[in-house]
Amino acid sequence: MTSAAHESMFTASVHDDDVVRVLGTDGTLDARNDPGLSPEEVVHLYRHMVLTRLVDDRLVTLQRQGRIGFHIGSLGEEAAIIGSAYALRKQDWLFPCYREFGAALLRGMPLERYLDNMFGNANDPVKGRQMPDHYTCKAAQFGSVSSPIGTQITQAVGFAWAAKIQKQDLVALTYFGEGATSSNEFHNGLNFAGVFKTPTVFICRNNGWAISVPTERQTASRTFAEKGIAYGVPSVRVDGNDLFAVIAVTRDAIRRASAGEGSTLIEAITYRMGGHSTSDDPTRYRDKSLLDPWADRDPLARIKRYLDKQGWFTDAEEQKLRTEIDARLRDLVEASEKTPPPSLESMFEDVYAEQPWHLREQCAELLAGPRAPSAHH
Amino acid sequence: MTQMNMVQAINDALRIAMRKDERVVVMGEDVGKVGGVFRVTSGLYDEFGDARVVDTPLSEGGIIGAAVGMALYGMIPVPEIQFSDFIWPAYDQIVSEVAKYRYRSGGEYTSKMVIRTPVGGGIRGGHYHSQHPEAQFIHVAGLKVVCPSNPYDAKGMLLASIADPDPVLFFEPKRVYRAAKGDVPEGEYTVPLESAAVVREGQHVTVIAYGAMLYEALDAAQKAAEQGIETEVVDLRTLWPVDIETIIASVKKTGRLIIVHEAPKTCGFGSELVSLVCEKAFYHLEAPPVRVTGYDTPFPYTLEMEYLPLSHRILPAILDTARAV
Repeated sequence: MTSAAHESMFTASVHDDDVVRVLGTDGTLDARNDPGLSPEEVVHLYRHMVLTRLVDDRLVTLQRQGRIGFHIGSLGEEAAIIGSAYALRKQDWLFPCYREFGAALLRGMPLERYLDNMFGNANDPVKGRQMPDHYTCKAAQFGSVSSPIGTQITQAVGFAWAAKIQKQDLVALTYFGEGATSSNEFHNGLNFAGVFKTPTVFICRNNGWAISVPTERQTASRTFAEKGIAYGVPSVRVDGNDLFAVIAVTRDAIRRASAGEGSTLIEAITYRMGGHSTSDDPTRYRDKSLLDPWADRDPLARIKRYLDKQGWFTDAEEQKLRTEIDARLRDLVEASEKTPPPSLESMFEDVYAEQPWHLREQCAELLAGPRAPSAHH
Repeated sequence: MTQMNMVQAINDALRIAMRKDERVVVMGEDVGKVGGVFRVTSGLYDEFGDARVVDTPLSEGGIIGAAVGMALYGMIPVPEIQFSDFIWPAYDQIVSEVAKYRYRSGGEYTSKMVIRTPVGGGIRGGHYHSQHPEAQFIHVAGLKVVCPSNPYDAKGMLLASIADPDPVLFFEPKRVYRAAKGDVPEGEYTVPLESAAVVREGQHVTVIAYGAMLYEALDAAQKAAEQGIETEVVDLRTLWPVDIETIIASVKKTGRLIIVHEAPKTCGFGSELVSLVCEKAFYHLEAPPVRVTGYDTPFPYTLEMEYLPLSHRILPAILDTARAV
């Protein structure tokens, strides 16, 4: 297939008359928006994208084996997630949806802790209190994942607004899917961001699907990006499967925010190549042929073509990387799986800063009951 | 000491907190130049400016969602919801986010804020300016819920709430915003959030009330005393976590319990209080516990004084309960 054919297919599916793209499907870069990454940076990011994809693969397998309860992955969306997270400066913060573990790992969340979260064990950062993929990592300036749609959007605005009041130069970036643009909090968040000119970067991962509902059922707008216009928030559409373009537009949004020019809405056009989560069966609503054009635009394959062209990362190096990641995952999964669950008492901690009388009573009741360790002997 | 009403006392507390700690931010609809529709934030805009006393767009969900982000950053937001009847667009943020942040992040983050909101009826406000929705928030693990009845407590408990590490829902009984007056010390002091107050002692029957209904309970207690019935009146002040020790001590003393609240009866906070007393002091009860509450209807306009559990409904409950054998 020629690159022209790729282009026309893209146009047909996403009306991309105004989409920022840097990395051509043939592995060449468009100099106009090239973020100017060094070879080391490109290899580093490619390695991280491979890690993210292999973690995804492994977690789906673990779920199918019944060893973990759930996983919600980022198959096909790695460039949108990792490119935008990479564009952040050290002082910036990230308010996630639930599909961005690749960003958390890139920003410094230990893989061990992420896997502990998948097992809800005693070392899980959230102490086994939330489903898998609902983690947190304050050290990485990464927020806390919750399931309700869009709630993180206004929170990112409030965080950025507070920084602005305190005259600190930082940007809060938040992720959400295109489905979340239908939520109250998308409108609240963009409206507050527009009015108070907060240093917020909104990344809408338009991956085509909100579980089984396609984009045309979310909006009658031509694009998701144009929703920013009504709120006075400049917006841009970017090829979300193009790591270079995602980095370029996110950096530009951060620069604007940092300069006091306010928020930006970025619509990253990508595609959810898997189900919504391991609980989903996309064959019930999505014809397999719809995946074909997107398989050609796979964000990892696109960078690999670029790396091949530059000669920066050989097939042998790739094979070595995959073998190393596989071995590391095997060891870490084994360790996480063996780690015991959190203590019974931990269920009653952190509800309040100090435990009130009713939780002390309820904890004592549980500990005196048949499920308490002391009842076993 | 200065004579103040509740509006002045709460305003004083906000001013003291904002002078003391620049992280304290007041935000909401009309809280700025106009000083709030009840004038509770009057003058704060002039003293602290529009970065810390913020007129927001008209969206309760946006107000609380943004306040969560501010709290995560380390500010101490004190958002105002103009009437508690309008809090529901923010319910998702309060229930799913504010209340759960500490727990769901394993203690890494907190969403500490004080949500101030006027509550209650008797002001000719109809459905949407009269309700008293404490039960819907007490039921949510992770929130503290307070409802002072007088200026002294309002100031001291608001300062305690702002200093508290947990999110607090601060219900202000608007029917007595200006009617309740009293001596209020100048400067900073706190009233602890974990203590109820026995505001009238008696040995025959216990009446538990809070907010504006406290005055109805006291009025009924005075009238009962004229008939020889001595009523102990407990002002809960903090609804959750409730001061169970004070309640149980009073019930053990009187053996008879009446709970008064404006909210509808079914699944109201009174239901929980009766259950707690039955679990902890059942054998001390000498009569069935009684709830005198709003009815299970939407809050009415013309007949609001029939809907509310006013003194004329509390008095017969006191007399019947005290005389029940």
